[in-house]
Order: sequence, then C-alpha cells, then structure tokens
Amino acid sequence: MSENNTRQQFNSKLGFILAAVGSAVGLGNIWRFPYVLYENGGGSFLIPYFVAIFTAAIPLLILEYTLGNKFRGSAPLAFARNNPKFEWVGWIPTFIGGMIVLYYSSIVSWAINYLFLSLNLGWGDSPEVFFFDGFLNMSDGAFHLGSINLNILLGLAVIWGGTYIVCSRSIDKGIERLNKILLPILCVTVLFVLFRSVSLEGAKEGLNVLFTPDFAVLKEPRIWLAAYSQVFYSLSVSMGIMITYSSYLPKDSDLVNTAFITGLANSAFELTVSIAIFAVLGYMAGQNGVPVTEVVASGVGLAFIAFPQAFNLMGPLGSMLGVAFFATLVFAGFTSFVSITEAFITPFTDKFKFERAKAYKFVCLGGFLISSIYATGAGLYILDIVDYFINSFGIITVGILEAIVVTYVFGLKKFRDLANSNSIQKVGSLWMFSIAFIVPVLLSFNLVLFTISTIRDGYGGNTAASMAFYGGGTLVAIVVFSIIMSMLSWKNKEDLDFDVSEVN
Amino acid sequence: MTTQAIVFMLIGLSITWGGLLLAVSIQVKHSKKNNK
Repeated sequence: MSENNTRQQFNSKLGFILAAVGSAVGLGNIWRFPYVLYENGGGSFLIPYFVAIFTAAIPLLILEYTLGNKFRGSAPLAFARNNPKFEWVGWIPTFIGGMIVLYYSSIVSWAINYLFLSLNLGWGDSPEVFFFDGFLNMSDGAFHLGSINLNILLGLAVIWGGTYIVCSRSIDKGIERLNKILLPILCVTVLFVLFRSVSLEGAKEGLNVLFTPDFAVLKEPRIWLAAYSQVFYSLSVSMGIMITYSSYLPKDSDLVNTAFITGLANSAFELTVSIAIFAVLGYMAGQNGVPVTEVVASGVGLAFIAFPQAFNLMGPLGSMLGVAFFATLVFAGFTSFVSITEAFITPFTDKFKFERAKAYKFVCLGGFLISSIYATGAGLYILDIVDYFINSFGIITVGILEAIVVTYVFGLKKFRDLANSNSIQKVGSLWMFSIAFIVPVLLSFNLVLFTISTIRDGYGGNTAASMAFYGGGTLVAIVVFSIIMSMLSWKNKEDLDFDVSEVN
Repeated sequence: MTTQAIVFMLIGLSITWGGLLLAVSIQVKHSKKNNK
C-alpha cells in the first residue's frame, strides 16, 4: 500500500498530455494514415474514421487510462490488482512492446541516417536501388543474415544510448522533459514541411486525389473495418503504454477529457501530415508527367524511396525539405520508441522492485545487442514479418482480451464510475456499449480476416518457413514469457492488497 | 482543387483541430475554476 502513495508522477498535466501525444504520434501517422485515407475512399473515409474514433479509439483510451491511473500500476500490476488470476493479460502487451522496440529502433536508425544523407541528397539518382542495395545491403532471404551495416548499427547505439541517458532518470526529469522539448520541435518541422509542400507546383492535384470522396465505398464493410483498424493502431492502445503512463498521473486527474485531448491531437496530427505527404506526391507526379495514383506509396516505400525521389526533383529545396521530413520521422519515432520501452520496463520494476536506472541499463544494452539483427542484410525481411504478426494478431488480441476481461470479469460499471470520478464530462451507456460490444466484435472480425488471408495467401511473398519461424516464433515467445512472468511471485505481495476506493 | 475535396479537407481539419481546441479550453477553464 505504501507504493501506492509513493509512485512517481508527472510534474504537470501538460507533461502527461505531451508524453501521451508523443507516444501516439509515431511513424504510422506519417506513412500509414495518408495511404489508408487515399486507399479507402478519400474524403468519404473520414466518416467511418471519425465514427471509429468516437466509438472505439477514445473509449478504449479512457479504459486504459482508468486501469493505469486508478489501480496505480503498469498493465500486469493493474490487472493483478483487479484479479490476480488475470495478471497474464497485462504481461502480453508488455512483451509485445518488448518485441516492437527491437525493430522500431532500427527504423528510427534508418531515419537518422537519412536525415544526414538528405544534407547532400546522398541517396543519388536512384533512391530505390540505393535503399535496398547500397543502404540496407539486403541479402536474398530472411534466413541469410548477410553482413551488418555499420551505419544502422551506429544509429541503434545512438537510440538505445539516448534512451538510457534520458529515461533512466525519474519520469518528470526524463520522459516528461524529453517530450516537452521534442513535441514543440516536431510541430515546427511538420509545419515547415506542410507550408513548403502545399506551395509546390502540382500539390493541388495530390490533395484532390486524397480528399475527393467516393461515397460508394461506404457500403462496403471492409472500409469500416479499415477505419476501426486504423484508429486502433494509431493511438498506441493495447501495448500497455497508456496504462503505464496514466499510472504516473495524479490520482485526481480528469481521465475522460484527457483521453479526448490525446485522441484528437493524434488525429489532427495525422490529418495535417497527410496534406503535406500528398502535396509532395502531387508535385512528384506532375514533374514526372504521370497520374498521382502512380506515385502513391506507403510505409518504408514512401519514406525511404518515394520521398527521396521527390526531393531529388526539387534541387536545393529538396535538401532542406528532406532534413525537415526526416527530422519529423526521427522525433515522432523516438518519442514513441521511448514510450514503448517505458511500458516494457515498468512491469518489471513494479513486480520485482528493480532499481529503475539498473533496469534501463540492462534493457538498453540487451535491446541494442538483440536489435542488431535488424542491422543485417536480412533485417528488412525479419522486420516485415514480425511487424505483420504483431499488428495483425498480437495487438488485436490484446484489445479483445482487455475489453472482454474488464467487461465480463472485473465489471464495466465499476470502471465507468472510476473513469467518471474526477472527470468533467461523464461517460455512460454508449461508452459501456463500445467496450462491451463494438471493440471486441470489430477487432474479432479483423482478427478472423487476417487469419484467413494469412493462411490462404501468406504475406509479402515470404516463405512459410520464415513466417513460421520469425512470426509464429515471436507470438509463441510472447505467450510463453507472459505465462512464466505471471507465475513468478511479487517481491512485495502486499502490493496486490489494493483498495481502489482509497485512490478516489 | 475541386470543391468537394476542399469541403472534405476542411471538415476533417475542423473536427480534429476544433475538437482539440474545445477539449483543451474545457480543461483550462476547469483548472482555473479549481485554482480559485
């Protein structure tokens, strides 16, 4: 019980909101959302998108804030304090986060390298050939590791070392201060990219392609599933991050309004970035004399191939815009990376009372060594498979589990009352309906669809052996580690004797 | 840009940025009230 009173806290509400927004705003907002918007009906996709935000994403965020804040712990501790039999549900997102940081660090490392390359457009005349052969030095398959790329390894050392230096301090002096510095800089770089890109010749064509609505697609269920999928991934829910962060918020915080601020800030960011991305794609299409639809890309292909191609066409401006764009990727990626690392480490400091600085030293060193596999020639193959399995099966399963366990085991009315206890706006039956029905049903639909398509079509041309070894192996490892951790004893067993009414 | 594209872009920006400003202003107002 004493831990309940001494848990460290964010210094201010603003500090927490910036950290939560910094976590939610990541690479996916920049390279995934614009493509999803374009691919699923353009402007008309905004209708299912906003419905999904208000009926699933923000309700789930309120639930995670309530779990962390009212039960004063990371995901395993919060679940164990509700019912020790369900501690394992909290360990699954913890180990999912542990797997994500390993490959996420390599993508941020690529962005750091490209930030320096953009100073002199160092990817040359053929960015695609440079990225795969010159930069990644890709091998011929996921089981052939090839050689280690020293530049990527150096980037990994900077990221893991930087994380140790910043985050091994207390929450207020580490993560809070980092986000208070990086978030405003991120806003400046995004605004620079936005204003410069919309004034490019052909930008209007890109925005026409992005926002012109196609209402016919709204009748298709896949569009609505895509919307729920997008908002779910975008907000960093089901990875234990929001539960952990909110456990550092003062006990009397307004959780409902804070969830709205985080969710809307995340959406405002990704919509604004989409305008910049499609303005650049419109310019590129115009310069090459092809339709915008021919240059549209997403993910790695957008950031490390299509955009460098566009910067090549701009002369000196390309270098400036390149620096701003890759700085945006680095800052957005790093703040998310730090949040996932924190959500991975806190459960261990909660359960085993490890000293924070020592835990960070161990995890950052181990993380650096293990993530160096992503600096090899097989790095992109492995990353692609692990990312697909974690997103398609791992995170979705956690979302379903969270909603079901809270609704049918812990009692949803209790959580509604806890969420409302210090909130200006109250949640009611719509929120309960979202958590009890909308979230589990729609996520289950997505899970079934992903399973069918993976069994039937495979993924990305990868061999069955590599999918089973890297993808299946990752999922099995997550489940096994979670079960083992939940079976070990708590160092302070009295931590589980928790009376939530004392918090309010 | 086509009118339809402009309208949908503005709707999207209004809901997100407008909603964010509204949520922040509620928070600020509440904080001031509590501090009095």
